[in-house]
Amino acid sequence: MTLLKVDGLVTRLRGGAAIVDDISFQISAGETFALLGESGCGKSMTALSLLRLLPDGVENSSGTMVLGETALHALAEREMQEVRGGRMAMIFQEPGLSLNPVMTVGEQIAEVLSLHKNLKGEAATARSIELLTQVGISDAVRRVNEYPFQLSGGIKQRVMIAMSLAGGPKLLIADEPTTALDVTIQAQVLQLLRETQQQSGMAMLLITHDLGVVAENAHRVGVMYAGQIVEQATREKLFSKPLHPYTQKLFSALPDARRSGHPLAAIPGSVPMLGSISTGCRFAPRCDRAWDMCHEKTPEWHVVEDCGVRCHLYQDAGYQILEADIPYMHSPDKKLNLETRILSPLLQVDDLRVHFPIRKGLLQRVVGQVKAVDGVSLAIAQGRTLALVGESGCGKTTLGKALLRLVQATSGSARFADRELIGASEERASMQMVFQDPFASLNPKMRVAEILEEGMSALKIGSDSAARQALLDELLDKVGLERDSKWRYPHEFSGGQRQRIAIARALAVSPQLLICDEPTSALDVSVQAQILNLLKSLQEELGLSYLFITHNLAVVEYLAHEVCVMYLGRIVERGTTQEVMRSPKHPYTQALLSAVPRIDGAGREYVRLEGELPSPANPPQGCHFAPRCQNVMPVCVKIFPEMNAVETRSHTVCCHLYPTDFIPDLD
Amino acid sequence: MSFMPVILWSDALVFLLISAISTGAFYVRKREHLLLPWKRVARSSVALVSMLVLSVFLIVGLLDTLHYRVALPQSSNGEKVYSPEVLSAFDKLVGPLRTHTEKTYSAPFALHLYAKESMTDAQGNVVREYPRLQYGGAHLADESGRDADVLKRALVGMLAGSLVGVMLAWLLRRRYKQPALTVTLVVLAALIGAIINLSAVYHVLGTDKVGQDVLYLSLKSIRTGLIIGTLTTLVTLPLALFLGVAAGYFRGWVDDVIQYIYTVLSSIPSVLLIAAAVLMMQVTIDTHPEWFDTSAARADMRLVALCLILGLTSWTGLCRLLRGETLKLREMEYIQAAQAFGVSSMRILSRHIMPNVMHIILIALVMDFSALVLAEAVLSYVGVGVDPSMISFGTMINGARLEMGREPVVWWSLASAFVFMLVLVLAANLFADAVRDAFDPRLNRTEGSV
Repeated sequence: MTLLKVDGLVTRLRGGAAIVDDISFQISAGETFALLGESGCGKSMTALSLLRLLPDGVENSSGTMVLGETALHALAEREMQEVRGGRMAMIFQEPGLSLNPVMTVGEQIAEVLSLHKNLKGEAATARSIELLTQVGISDAVRRVNEYPFQLSGGIKQRVMIAMSLAGGPKLLIADEPTTALDVTIQAQVLQLLRETQQQSGMAMLLITHDLGVVAENAHRVGVMYAGQIVEQATREKLFSKPLHPYTQKLFSALPDARRSGHPLAAIPGSVPMLGSISTGCRFAPRCDRAWDMCHEKTPEWHVVEDCGVRCHLYQDAGYQILEADIPYMHSPDKKLNLETRILSPLLQVDDLRVHFPIRKGLLQRVVGQVKAVDGVSLAIAQGRTLALVGESGCGKTTLGKALLRLVQATSGSARFADRELIGASEERASMQMVFQDPFASLNPKMRVAEILEEGMSALKIGSDSAARQALLDELLDKVGLERDSKWRYPHEFSGGQRQRIAIARALAVSPQLLICDEPTSALDVSVQAQILNLLKSLQEELGLSYLFITHNLAVVEYLAHEVCVMYLGRIVERGTTQEVMRSPKHPYTQALLSAVPRIDGAGREYVRLEGELPSPANPPQGCHFAPRCQNVMPVCVKIFPEMNAVETRSHTVCCHLYPTDFIPDLD
Repeated sequence: MSFMPVILWSDALVFLLISAISTGAFYVRKREHLLLPWKRVARSSVALVSMLVLSVFLIVGLLDTLHYRVALPQSSNGEKVYSPEVLSAFDKLVGPLRTHTEKTYSAPFALHLYAKESMTDAQGNVVREYPRLQYGGAHLADESGRDADVLKRALVGMLAGSLVGVMLAWLLRRRYKQPALTVTLVVLAALIGAIINLSAVYHVLGTDKVGQDVLYLSLKSIRTGLIIGTLTTLVTLPLALFLGVAAGYFRGWVDDVIQYIYTVLSSIPSVLLIAAAVLMMQVTIDTHPEWFDTSAARADMRLVALCLILGLTSWTGLCRLLRGETLKLREMEYIQAAQAFGVSSMRILSRHIMPNVMHIILIALVMDFSALVLAEAVLSYVGVGVDPSMISFGTMINGARLEMGREPVVWWSLASAFVFMLVLVLAANLFADAVRDAFDPRLNRTEGSV
């Protein structure tokens, strides 16, 4: 039974370009339809069009939207208000911003209840508690009187879900519901969404850019590109036999261990500006299968088996499904380079601690310490990549900043090429950082040349301006940007290009070690592949070492030689990528790996991780992970385990499950 | 030379300000991303209209800033002697408006004085009667023909004015395609034309207690208002910028000290602080008459000192704003990237932080302007404002205080000060709003991507 039927929806800027261009899809009750696409493709605008909550200057210009029997596009605003939150509800991306900070959770849910269910007072409170329990919040009676600031990100998103369920919706729109959350929390929320859907039988429109999320939750998928749906298929069809060249490219751009030897199949360029392509296929400029017709004629919607695709390749009735050129489908499982010989380390960190004092009272006395980094030791060799993995708040970024001396280390030592860094004031050229957000990491008021030159002049590299200009040209060539771009300002570049500039800035002072702090997490999949390829080729060319801070395990598998898993300021497991990813030993690593949604949908044992990361100001007694661990033993809550080798010398883990006397035959 | 240019302190500072603004404009013109918000300002019809009104005020104020002293016919020891009276290009331009002073009050467009005088009539009897004005409507032989004459002159003036307006609009037609701007231009030009034509023979806004033309006084007040509104920012800006940015960036004890200073300063009642400072300054100036060669120079010094005092007491708001913004900016990744290169703090402040708080400064300055113009009026009314010999809105209102108690009431002085100030401040506020809208990054904009 079709619940929502959208036909020919067009949403455009008033008197301007179309943001959502002729979109049609249907969702049945109990079904999840996923809209998949990169940022700027019009996914969220589609959702807002459905709710008729478009921002100023954007209007719905044609098309029909029918929910059940109601034509949404023809409803008066008053009637629409009853639909919103009632028969149709929405969950937003940022749970922190979608709850009102001055109202308790109960009040916010009660608001929905009184509007749509006519429940007030006691009855509303009781129902709120019921809803909170339903979304898996333990201790709902207490939570109902709490304010959003008292809740963690995962709980806030659960509250948001409870709120959207309060009106008893027939259709739930989830706009990137887990993008702002950690993998372990993401797994909890996705599972919750699946369960609620099964219970209530509502339909769900899931908007996401994450192929893994789609693979886990969606029944049918619409792939969006530049305002259009380019392909629509069931999940099984889409993942086994993607039709549109864009979808095929998206799959092959995903980093994966099996591709770690090869460069990723990055899609050149980025999503076109709104309205910049008026004739022909919108993907044509980035498509390697495009021919003349693709640039001239807008492709029609072709139905191939029961999937739809918008591509000229499928125009003949006697279609043949193009075999996707996806390397991982037929490339042999290449043996990884398993060299474990100990190289002399370029950077050797020993027992590094960064504690932030907590001050209280009139005299600002120190009453405690936030132990952001608590005794970390690691080593990176020349030309190698060490990945530092962990949930947000585990101290991985602080560690990177402490190495660059952007924050003061409390104690411990870090030796770079046999020179002590902690406490030294010179030696800035040898290590540089690439930041997460390419939009915040470039000064918008400076030209690219000035940005790149800043480090050189501060560290007195290059004799004069002319010599520096020559160096700049070389740098831009290296990172794959036009030489002319140095006279332009950051706002003229796309996210991927900005990240290239940020890499060039770090390389300007010829460092030996780059600390990359989530350099691709703000980028789209296709652009992420470009940046990963660039980092990899730079490593081969210049012999750079990377300290790669990330939470994206797929990237780790693709890029890293060694992995350190961090939990609450300490490293709990360390080893080569192969060892840690293939046979994780620490229960936390196991949980982390199992929480990542996989696109192959292979049956995996799901280790559900309860609760969230404790506060580093007040870490649990004994092993920090003990309160969330499934294999917890009495000793775990008393003593913090030692770092022990398992199986091989390089693979060490910090867990009582692998006792000290468990020493594998070394050498 | 029959005159000697005089550059008063405030003139010098105004020239400094103009050169700073033109350098800034030249710098912005070359940079696309800086020019973008100004283009947004230029697209808003409210901004253009209010800018047009403001620029009429600015032109009057600037003309009034070119000061000179006329050479007297006699000479001493072969050297020319200059009149002690300092005039401005504006005085020269409006000529008769300044010199045509009556005995005392007269209503707008009146032919007679507002007070009765004893005079002898044709029969030689002494009668108490309202005498004819010396200048106002003196060309009229028949008093009953006044209304027709006023109407005729107004119409002729409006016609000539609107002709000029249409010509100007035609010249600007390529640059600005805003119908609202054209209409305002023509209306404004017609109004100015009518006033010019009428003021030659009438006191359009009447005369004050000593017979000075109120229109002239109102126009002269514009410069005082503008100077207070703009020069004060020359004082507040460096203080607020340096202290605010330093407090936000360095944190720690620097932040504590600066915060203490501005919290203490802003807890003192500002009128009290200003009054104390102005009175001290007044005593100093009065005890050193040898510092000034003309009374205009002395009055001007008081004005500059008032700007200084206002500036020193009003930087706290902007400082607090800049501190907050810097606190946000210092956590930005490009600042950390610069720190990772070991770039010095001063360089980070000047190259990374200051350019990124400029929009806040601009918005704050334009908004402060109108507040300062109003503050001058209040302070002069209280008696701690500008020199009593200096013409300003405040002194006009102060003078009008007594007139309001008269019967019949003398309303025109207060009314014209009120109208002029209202138009000036309203135009400034509307322009400030448009500037804020164009520069505010938080406003949701969709036009950029069209």
